[in-house]
Amino acid sequence: MSDLSRRKLITNGLAAAAGVTGLGVAARMAQRYGLVPPDHGGIYGPGETLTYASLRLITRHSLAREFSRSQISARPVPNEMPPLNEAFKRLQAGGFADWRLSVDGLVARPGAFSLAQLRSYPSRSQITQLACEEGWSYIAEWTGVPLSHVLELVGMQAQARYVVYFSIDPDWWESIDMADALHPQTFIAYGLNGDELPVANGGPLRLRLPRQLGYKSVKFITHMTVTDSLKGFGKGLGSAAPETGYAWYAGI
Amino acid sequence: MRTTWLEPRSRSTVFRSSAGIVTSRQRFAQDLVLRFPQRCFVAAIHLFGNLTSQELAGRNVPVREFICLYPPKLRDHRPNSRGKGNPATAMPAFHPACAICGAHDTIPRMGDSASVSSPASAISGATVPSRHSALVRVTHWITTICFIALLVSGIEVVISHPRFYWGETGSILTQPLFKLPIPSSRALVPTGYGYVLPDQNGWSRALHFQAAWVLVLTALLYLISGFFTGHLRKNLLPGKADLSWRVLSSAIADHLRFKRPSEAEAWSYNVLQRLAYLFVIFVLFPLVIWTGLAMSLAFVSACPATVTLLGGQQSARTLHFFVALSLVLFLLVHIGMVWIAGFRSRMRAMITGRAGTDKEPT
Repeated sequence: MSDLSRRKLITNGLAAAAGVTGLGVAARMAQRYGLVPPDHGGIYGPGETLTYASLRLITRHSLAREFSRSQISARPVPNEMPPLNEAFKRLQAGGFADWRLSVDGLVARPGAFSLAQLRSYPSRSQITQLACEEGWSYIAEWTGVPLSHVLELVGMQAQARYVVYFSIDPDWWESIDMADALHPQTFIAYGLNGDELPVANGGPLRLRLPRQLGYKSVKFITHMTVTDSLKGFGKGLGSAAPETGYAWYAGI
Repeated sequence: MRTTWLEPRSRSTVFRSSAGIVTSRQRFAQDLVLRFPQRCFVAAIHLFGNLTSQELAGRNVPVREFICLYPPKLRDHRPNSRGKGNPATAMPAFHPACAICGAHDTIPRMGDSASVSSPASAISGATVPSRHSALVRVTHWITTICFIALLVSGIEVVISHPRFYWGETGSILTQPLFKLPIPSSRALVPTGYGYVLPDQNGWSRALHFQAAWVLVLTALLYLISGFFTGHLRKNLLPGKADLSWRVLSSAIADHLRFKRPSEAEAWSYNVLQRLAYLFVIFVLFPLVIWTGLAMSLAFVSACPATVTLLGGQQSARTLHFFVALSLVLFLLVHIGMVWIAGFRSRMRAMITGRAGTDKEPT
């Protein structure tokens, strides 16, 4: 019996050693393949990391579900909004003619795009679902230019890892990794259900990201930065959401 | 039903036995990890409460002897090496080798058929069965903690939109299937209450997913080990004879009369218990995971059937709510049954592994 126990002891010891080594290797691999979210610290860090890593692995190239025209919701929900600031009201008074989307960071040709310029690029449409973390959802047809097209225009550099995007509301900014930034369904949207994107739904420009929850689809975007690190933005957690307790990755 | 420590009839029994036997080393490891800290804890509480060691846990034993893991009957004649030595050697009150000496190698494992089918043999001596294996106990309590975390955080998230729909979409602009008559943490939701609760969704969502991860990993550990140790087959799968209408109806009748369970049920689950646990493990938990994943926009982009089979995103949410409600119902009945069967003894069995009556014989 003592031989059996010894064997068991050795097996268990080896298994434990393999487990610890495996965890170490997994952590290094996760870091290397971009499977660690910027908000991985704190007590909910392990959960956030597991969720992001596993969903990133299975959804690198997957497409969000698209629907038929008949499934479009009668009314797209204009969610609660903070009062729009003076800068927005000024631009709104001018019919958004002076609205600019500036793109800088790790790009060869930083620039600013007007709405007319964005509309002149090849447009795409998608009938996708917008789901809120609260639980409600609606289906609508979004029209816009794929973010990948704009990133190509400005000459995104190879070391880019994230795209950070800012609303005209200074408290609302988000960021996405390259898998989402270059995803064919990630739009800079300017149209909704065949019309101009209404202000209530984020007009004139909204980043549309159908594989994540609504709060990642930032309304009224004015600025974008391509970066290889999120450390210099806000508290370094990746976006405004983690600073108020919400997850940076909102695929679930 | 105090555990009884006896020396094995002969050493050869140990070598001939196969499954269902724990070796002295495993016993030692179990004792050291589970029983020893527990006894130290009890001793510390008593000493902290200024009780004399004589009063310790109602036993007339000094603390050192209380925390000793060596079988009391063998304490004074501990064999000096692997059960082969001089029985006259005095046993110190606490000795780290308490359980290694090999003097009690024939301890059936919990779930061993001999101890489950005939508890009498367990009481009569020679065996020290544990009601629930350490793995069952640890996974049970991890599951409990996770379930409470999931329940609290789930309620918090529901409060932000206490309306339920069927199909793909649903919002404050559409007709709900039903509404919960509670206030909301969002001003836009028409609840009829004149106030808005504070937003708790940030930490609730994070806690919900983290607890779900821990629960799923724990469940995997439980299922894999339960399959290989025979726990699922021996302790949860009802016997063929138990599935007859006669046995089932009498079991149901006993339950409806709130009859206290028989002594044998302190050692083995009855047929309704087995069916209920199997239903929770193999129907409700998989369903709650499925309906939960069906709400993830990213997950369904990779596996669209997860949500289309359920009829849409909002159907998945509504089903998730009802499956969670069923789990809460199970929890309440579960606690109620534990109460009826004897709260202290059942709790002790699930915490320490020792079964028996409420009263500790001295």
